[in-house]
Amino acid sequence: MKAEVIEKVNEFLVDEFEIDENKLTPDAHLIDDLGIESLDFVDIVVIIEKDFGFKVKREEMAGVRTLNDLYQYIDERTN
Amino acid sequence: MINLGGFHLTDGNKIKEMNRVVITGMGVYSTIGKNIDAVKESLYVGRSGIGIDPRRKEFGFRSALTGIIERPNLKGVLSRRARIGLAEQGEYSYVATMEALQNAGIDMDFLAANEVGILYGNDSSSIPVINAIDLVREKKDTTLVGSGSIFQSMNSTITMNLSVILKLRGINFTVSGACASSSHAIGMGYLLIKQGLQDIIICGGGQEVNAESMGSFDGLSAFSIREDDPTKASRPFDKDRDGLVPSGGAASVIIESYESAKRRGATILAEIRGYGFSSNGDHISVPNVEGPTRSLERCLKDADMAANEIDYINAHATSTPVGDLNEAKALHNIFGDHKPWISSTKSMTGHEMWMGGASEVIYSTLMMQNGFIAPNINFDNPDEDSAKLRIADVRKEAHIDTFLSNSFGFGGTNSSLIVSRFK
Repeated sequence: MKAEVIEKVNEFLVDEFEIDENKLTPDAHLIDDLGIESLDFVDIVVIIEKDFGFKVKREEMAGVRTLNDLYQYIDERTN
Repeated sequence: MINLGGFHLTDGNKIKEMNRVVITGMGVYSTIGKNIDAVKESLYVGRSGIGIDPRRKEFGFRSALTGIIERPNLKGVLSRRARIGLAEQGEYSYVATMEALQNAGIDMDFLAANEVGILYGNDSSSIPVINAIDLVREKKDTTLVGSGSIFQSMNSTITMNLSVILKLRGINFTVSGACASSSHAIGMGYLLIKQGLQDIIICGGGQEVNAESMGSFDGLSAFSIREDDPTKASRPFDKDRDGLVPSGGAASVIIESYESAKRRGATILAEIRGYGFSSNGDHISVPNVEGPTRSLERCLKDADMAANEIDYINAHATSTPVGDLNEAKALHNIFGDHKPWISSTKSMTGHEMWMGGASEVIYSTLMMQNGFIAPNINFDNPDEDSAKLRIADVRKEAHIDTFLSNSFGFGGTNSSLIVSRFK
């Protein structure tokens, strides 16, 4: 897992989505713990394209449940 | 309540007479027909108006599905000055309104001699705004945008233009409430006439059909992606629905007080018995059950009717997984015991958005007049909640005395209308 991925993801969650940094534990559930909802996922796709340079397929995000899942999803698609 | 051609409501020592509100004309320009007769035929046979717009694929849309509609050619019909301020949806609205006025027996002489109002539903006007700013960015000169631009660009473009073309002198504004816009427009008109503040109002809704207006909506992944089978993509209440299909056009109804209709010898098509509304106070795009339930209950109360007096419900159901589910729950809550026929004509037309409320009142009135329930096409398998409803998967021959039409929009705005045969 690239440290850069964790750093960038945490940064946009804090800056853009105004989530308390203390809540950003790897096992935190995106929806239940971090309060991210359906319309937020639309914006996450936009941010990932800007910060990591690839286009998320919405259908692939269905399996991303926790923060660690999100780190992993992005990590696998960046080199 | 005594009903002797008007309602009587005691307010302290005052007795206030409330007018009965009737529909005396209908006109439509739709993806399933360019006039009332064509639409009636399509509803009867269950024809879909959905197709593919290749331009959306060029733009990188997730879904190229849309209702397919042709722009009318109004050159020779309207003067240049009248045409120049009309946006696409204004053109549809003009055609639909002219048909409605003709059916109502109202001509320009009548409009000159009588105060008639207009309340139309609309909530966007994308292309004129885009064209104007593109031109300004390119030329750095606003005097090159042209005189029609501003009048096409505003949300109130339809009422703004039609009130001028038709020389209307009554109520004049546009109702914006997302996908409930034109249902609310009819509701507002009904309230004004009921209270004697207007005799006749042109009510309706118009919706532009183009890629530009739907881009950001497509970006929410809310549209069906069943592009390999367009006419099967819009499948309200079906277990395998995967999203809505955007569509549009325009629909107009002439509503008037019974007294006015009687006075001028107009043919009465139906009576508006009640209007209900509510706001969810919840999520901006995901509907809930409680809000629509209140809208339905309020509508029944306003009509002074019980749930078992509704013969047919034209559901809002847009073919989204969550939306149809929650509406099914709300309908079951109120109509579960009685089980009226239910169908969503959006299965054929797609989601007509700002036009939908008015068009669906027209589609339902046509069913009532002609003794049938239009099919909720593509209803192949119910889900757990729609299984509890009596959904017309094929056309049913049926006698309808009273129908209810629902429209729900972004922001949790809800509108319900009850319409009956006039007796």
